[in-house]
Order: sequence, then C-alpha cells, then structure tokens
Amino acid sequence: MLRTVYVMWLREVKKFLRSPSRIIAALAQPLFYLLALGFGLGGVFQAAGHGSYIQFLVPGIVGMTIVFTSVFNGMQVIWDRQFGFMKETMVAPVPRSAIMFGRTLGGATVATLQGLVVLALTLVIGFHPHNWALVFPAIALMLLVATVFSALGIIVASHLSDMQSFQFVVNFMVMPMFFLSGALFPLGTSPLVLRAFATFDPLTYGVDGMRALLSNASHYGSATDITVLFAVAVLLLVMGSYRFARMEA
Amino acid sequence: MTDIIEVHDLRKGFGPIEAVKGVSFSIQKGQTFGFLGPNGAGKSTTIKMLTTLLTPTSGTIRIDGKDPTKDPHAVRLGLGIVFQDHSLDDDLTARENMDMHGLLYGVPTLERRERIAELIEFVELSHRQDDYVRQFSGGMKRRLEIARALMHRPKIVFLDEPTLGLDPQTRNLMWEYLAKLKQDQGTTVFFTTHYMDEADRNADTIAVIDHGSIIASGTPDEVKRQTKKRSLEDAFLELTGRDIREESVSGNERMRAMGRARGR
Repeated sequence: MLRTVYVMWLREVKKFLRSPSRIIAALAQPLFYLLALGFGLGGVFQAAGHGSYIQFLVPGIVGMTIVFTSVFNGMQVIWDRQFGFMKETMVAPVPRSAIMFGRTLGGATVATLQGLVVLALTLVIGFHPHNWALVFPAIALMLLVATVFSALGIIVASHLSDMQSFQFVVNFMVMPMFFLSGALFPLGTSPLVLRAFATFDPLTYGVDGMRALLSNASHYGSATDITVLFAVAVLLLVMGSYRFARMEA
Repeated sequence: MTDIIEVHDLRKGFGPIEAVKGVSFSIQKGQTFGFLGPNGAGKSTTIKMLTTLLTPTSGTIRIDGKDPTKDPHAVRLGLGIVFQDHSLDDDLTARENMDMHGLLYGVPTLERRERIAELIEFVELSHRQDDYVRQFSGGMKRRLEIARALMHRPKIVFLDEPTLGLDPQTRNLMWEYLAKLKQDQGTTVFFTTHYMDEADRNADTIAVIDHGSIIASGTPDEVKRQTKKRSLEDAFLELTGRDIREESVSGNERMRAMGRARGR
C-alpha cells in the first residue's frame, strides 16, 4: 500500500521537477493578478479602510495557484488513459485506492511547491508574513488545500474522456470556486447571497485559513477552516478510491 | 497437464452490441496460445476480461484457478501484459519505467536491479536506459514494454499484437526468449497477432475468433486440415472471409492520433 502510494507520488513529483517551463508558465497568471489587482485596487481597498490589499490578496493568490496547479495535475489522469499508462497501473497487483492516494498526494505536493514559488515571489513585491513562525503551519495548510483540489481534479478527470473537456472544467468549476472563495474580496462586507455560496466552496476555507496564518485576518477562524478542509479531503479520497476501484479500461 | 486458463461461455455486451458472444476455450500450463481474428472480432475485449480490465456480462473465467471478477488481485500478480497500445510513461526514462513496474509488483530491490539490467540488456536498450521514453522509436518502446512485462516473472504472459512494428530480428529474439522462459519456468503465453506465419511458427494451439465467437481451434496443423488449406493464412481467410473489417474509432484513438500529430 505505502509502496504504491510512494511510487505514484514520486512519478508526479519527478514529472513536475523535470518541466521547468511548466513551473515558469504557471507563474504568469498569479503574477498578473497580483500586479494588476494588488497595485491597481490597492488604493481603493485602503481608502475603504481595509488596510493593505497586498497583505489581503497574497493568501488568495497563493490559493488560486494551488487550485489551478492541482486540478490541472488531476487532468493527467485523462492523458494517462488516452496514452495507455493508466492500464499499466490498473492491472498491477496493488489496491486501486493506493494508486488514487499516491496520485493525489503527488499532485498536492506539486501544487504546494508551485504555491511556495508564488509565495516567495510575493515577498519581492512587498508582501510580508504577519508572523514568520506561522509560515510553516501555512505550508501544511497549503498541502491540505492542495490535497482537496488534487483529489477533486482526479475524480472529475476520471469521468472525462478527452483533454478538450479540461477547458470546460476550468471555466465551470475552477473559475467559480476561485471567484467565490473570497480570494479577491473580504467576505465580511460582501452580500449575503455571495457569502452563502462561498460557504459551499472548499477554497473559501483554504484562503481564509491561509489569511489567518499569513496575514492575521480571518472570517471563520482557522480551527473551522482546518476542520472543514480536512473533512472534505477525507470525503474526496474515499470517493476517489471508490471510483478507481470500479474503473474499467 | 492442467489448464491454467479456463474460459466458459464468456460474454460481453456494450449496450445493444454484443462484442463477445459465448466464448469457451482452455489453455494448458506452459503452452503458447495464439488468439487470432480480424479487427473488431472481439480479441481485445476478451483479453481485457481475462486481465481484469473489464467485467464480463456473463460466463466464467479461471486464471490459475482464480476468478478475475472475484479475486482480481491474485490474478494480477501472476500476469505479465504487453498491451496492444502504448502503456509506458513517456516522461520517465526506460529504467524508471522498469523500476516503477518492479515496485508495483513487489519485486525486492536487489532482484529488481538485477532483472532490470538483465532484461534491458536482452532487449538491447542498455545504452539508452537513462533516456526518456519519449525519445524512443515505436520498436524500442515495444521492446521495453516486453522487458517490463517479464520482470516480475509472471506465470502467464499476455501479448496483444506484440510484434506490430518490430523488425524480424527483434521478433525472433522475443520468441526465442519466450521459448526459453517456457522451458525454464513453464510460462504460459497468450498472444494475438495478424501475422499468420508467426502464429503458425510459435503457437502450440490457436483459436480463431470472428464476430465475437470462436469459429475454429486446435493446433495450427489441425486448423489447416479442417479447412483443407496449406498455409494458416489461407485457412484464416477461408474461415473469416475476405471482407475488410472496419473498426469504430474511439475517442481514445482520435486523441492518440492528435497526440502523435503534436509529436508526443
């Protein structure tokens, strides 16, 4: 079981580290958001009495990076099915759940690394963590968020048959989750309907938790955030194992 | 001799289409069995059911006494499979692909290293073992897949059109090695091919499947006698007719074609 998880994890991490172009390409989107919104709206945000927008925005952008990277990594499942590698793992004498866990953790590790690269870059443009000692728990939280979305990406991908549907997933799943999560605006002052939707978005708790640790501002409190994320992660891992166990080729 | 593979009245339907319509056959331990049939005859569907990748609609399968639908894990341990289409990870090196397979099949570290070295040497890829698979030609990938399928010393080797795209040298080398495995370890070989001379030369027994049913079986000589033909190729054409079959193109194949066009 553990050996299988390790093998599948290692595969994802190796692939990631071997494609520096992918790492760099994935930096563009978060940087544009940071620069355009962070500096463009910073003045308005501050004038409204919410303090520094960069301090507020960075945890949201790190969350965005993690979600995009982990969901994209999940789409690897489609690729593996089309190009046959999936079969090699499907006929191996190992629990399918271990394959699913390994893939998820691999994708989560990759997304967390990507998130860390973005976090490091934000330090250059003026972000400073509220308390440096809390950066480590923040990294653990990033891994938890990444696990949730990595598992989600894998489950969704296991139901799709071609890469073209990936754009569909991004537009109708990832984008709404990102915009509703409060990554860009404070939930406290947003309309009730928006807040209600945000309650059902796991990313909301991810961003909120990171904001609690990195910028000392939170809507739900980090205990709630961690509990919700943990529960969702467990639920998705169970669902994913079930799905993989029944997958045919 | 005991039957290591027993299939009885095996059926598989996909919606209204029945791809495999009540197939029965058995293979003795240590034999080489050629499963022949035109495109779309039901060969791959049958192999997928035997290798735990598809659940049959009805019928029974016993692989070394075990039922793939009830005990897939035990069945998988004893199988080495070369799939019809690619199943390597192109972003890893040849050795990494082998190593990952060994780890998944629980081959201990030392043995894994030895066997990887031995098998990579056998398929003559030693000089390329640390290159990414994406840089390999079709034939090289095929050789690597064959080496990989053998590394956990399976009791039964499934080869779905293994020699497609291989030159005669490699083809002969592969069959020599399989013959040696059969002699040393009593390995059973289940293969499909479109090259009738290959089936004639290497199979102990064959079965011809068409439109989801087995229409002839026995030793190659028996099948030739039944059809009163000199060569297996003629016997095959006599049995299955001369019409060219069209396989429906699945999304997967379209996607693969696209991938090839992109140079993946």
